[in-house]
Amino acid sequence: MPNFNHPDMYQALFSDIKTNTPIKSPVYEKSGEIAAPTPKEIRVVLRNYGKIDPENINEYISQDGYQALLTCLTSYSPEQVIQVITDSGLRGRGGAGFPAGKKWQFTKNSPGEIKFVVCNADEGDPGAFMNRRVLEDDPHAVIEGMVIAAYAIGATQGYVYCRAEYPQAVRRMNIALKQARELGLLGKNIMATGFDFDIEVRMGAGAFVCGEETALMASIEGHRGEPRPRPPFPAVSGLWGKPTNINNVETFANVPQIILKGAEWFASMGTEKSKGTKTFALAGDVNHTGLIEVPLGISLREIVYDVGGGIKNNKGFKAVQTGGPMGGCLPEDYLDTPVDYEALAAAGSIMGSGGMIVMDEDTCMVDIARFFMDFIQDESCGKCTPCRVGTHSMLEILTRICEGKGKDGDIEELEHLSKVTRINSLCGLGQGAPNPVESTLKHFREEYEAHIYEKRCPAKVCRDLVQFSIIEDDCTGCMVCARNCPVEAIEGEKKQPHSIDPEVCIKCGICYNVCLFEAVVRQSE
Amino acid sequence: MKKEIQLTIDGNTIQVPEGTTILKAAESIGIKIPTICYHDYCTANALCRICVVEIEGSRTLIPSCVAKVSSDMQVKTKSERVIKSRKTILEMLVSSIDLSESPEILNMIDEYEANPSRFPDAERREHAVIDDNPMFIRDYEKCILCWRCVQVCAEDAQYTFAINFSGRGYETQINTFYEKPLPETSCVFCGQCIGVCPTGALKPKREWLLQDGYQPEEIMLLTRTQRKKKTKSSARPSSGGSHE
Repeated sequence: MPNFNHPDMYQALFSDIKTNTPIKSPVYEKSGEIAAPTPKEIRVVLRNYGKIDPENINEYISQDGYQALLTCLTSYSPEQVIQVITDSGLRGRGGAGFPAGKKWQFTKNSPGEIKFVVCNADEGDPGAFMNRRVLEDDPHAVIEGMVIAAYAIGATQGYVYCRAEYPQAVRRMNIALKQARELGLLGKNIMATGFDFDIEVRMGAGAFVCGEETALMASIEGHRGEPRPRPPFPAVSGLWGKPTNINNVETFANVPQIILKGAEWFASMGTEKSKGTKTFALAGDVNHTGLIEVPLGISLREIVYDVGGGIKNNKGFKAVQTGGPMGGCLPEDYLDTPVDYEALAAAGSIMGSGGMIVMDEDTCMVDIARFFMDFIQDESCGKCTPCRVGTHSMLEILTRICEGKGKDGDIEELEHLSKVTRINSLCGLGQGAPNPVESTLKHFREEYEAHIYEKRCPAKVCRDLVQFSIIEDDCTGCMVCARNCPVEAIEGEKKQPHSIDPEVCIKCGICYNVCLFEAVVRQSE
Repeated sequence: MKKEIQLTIDGNTIQVPEGTTILKAAESIGIKIPTICYHDYCTANALCRICVVEIEGSRTLIPSCVAKVSSDMQVKTKSERVIKSRKTILEMLVSSIDLSESPEILNMIDEYEANPSRFPDAERREHAVIDDNPMFIRDYEKCILCWRCVQVCAEDAQYTFAINFSGRGYETQINTFYEKPLPETSCVFCGQCIGVCPTGALKPKREWLLQDGYQPEEIMLLTRTQRKKKTKSSARPSSGGSHE
């Protein structure tokens, strides 16, 4: 730790590092592996992505790193910091969108000597890796955001709760913490201002529900990761019963930028109630999948077609699911919905932490609902009855429908169970669990009806409702399908049309995928 | 002296001390809200969700066993949403768990006209009776996961921490660490968990054997191994399940 006894010496150190650290060009300019941002993207949270060495604190400092912290500690009172964050309109990036400034104010106002700051890095949505990128490529931004939050609310200890499935993120975070401590930017007497705050990394054991704040705190305390009823909210009684401020990785990563560039700059991006940018993990059937950062208020159409480059293989668009496994599936009519907290909620989906899955016309929406319900019932902690039994019952019905055993009344039963699970569950997991079912029932009801009443899967996905056959005229007898069939269900001589024995066929779809002449067809009638 | 809070429950305006739960406030004017997991001497966890009530302006229903009263709250304990929810939750419980020895819950099912065969294809909780000690048996087919046993074993009473949860989602159940037999755990056989069990999932060994058709003198005479042999050789009419 440098023997500095005045904050000005840190200012001098930062200037020194800045002049002596060569500015590098971003990785994506050198290699084609990482795509440069498209014109619709703005990088705030991901500003250092591919640009700095995350294991070298000097490179972060050279990008104005820790400058915001120094400004806060030397020229702002805690109240002023909270005022800036409130004015910026920053809302919780974990998904619920609670105003960050308000949360900080609540925690600050709660009586108590000991307070905690917790960073929720338990990113569990399948296919989502927004927080992972930030933790792996810019860990100091999160640390700086946390120290600023700690200063604002008067906390002395912080925790980063990161899932154990992110070993690289944990490693880099620990390196960053060590380097920050060595420079006196963390620990006792931060930047010679007399402010004490330290951060520890805690690893989660891989439970989706631990992203829920009360379950996350239970897990840090060493208990089983299960949510508890709120109130009391963590701001009043959190970790070990002390006032605790929990924010998402992305929320913290925004904070230094807001302090540096001002609340007005941040508020100039986005819509009236949703300010700033948001990262999304764009996945599914679009040409350019991957991590994106766009200003809030952008339409779903712009994300899918301009940023994502449209649907793969020139297929038709069917639906987009925002907000991870508990989000709703929105059809084409909703493509012009602006991406902000209120508009997405009004459309029957959620902002969530940033998962975004695009589905093309070959997707069966009943199958999608079944898939996500399977995920949720598996990840339910099992504490409250509606979530434990309700999600399981819904999965049983959805599985039945996909298997062609659906019966009259199943749709109504699903609607009823969705409602009961939503309004009765203990935490956000159970309350959000019905979203995929409710949204698909609302927008794609005819598909459910086709499955139940006509025993037909319009997208030809549900195995039990699909038959495979070979069009004789198109078959060249190349034998590729027969060679790849795992159960030897395809018969035929070389250069003679082949045929599939429906009795033996297990409907794996391999022949359909490998046929070069489009002679294998799927039917669902 | 605590501050008095004024609120309305089912049209009755009342005053109760600050910090009272909605459940207790309703009780004070004779309105009974049904409960399953709640126990006066255990920490309330709001997990069975049978005690939910409707509060004006709230998106979800609120569990009255933990929710505290606040000024000018408008509470409805029997709104349509509430009744429907309670009914469905009872149907969920009865479709997956053996409630044959839970008279209170069976009464509730009658009262709310819940249909026990609402989910005829539902997967039922299946578990062999665990008979691993001379004091009591554990029959988790009857367990509704009310948490009372775990809590009295922990901070609510005994501080022995012998049992906890295992599995998650639908597979969640009460268990010992590493599924060890109870005598190998920190269990002191205080019996508090049996006292709070609402469904007969935990039962004294003697009671279980009597129900199984044994005579008191037989029980005194038999050692555990002999009893096992006997059950195998003579099929008794009302067997209480497999032993271990």
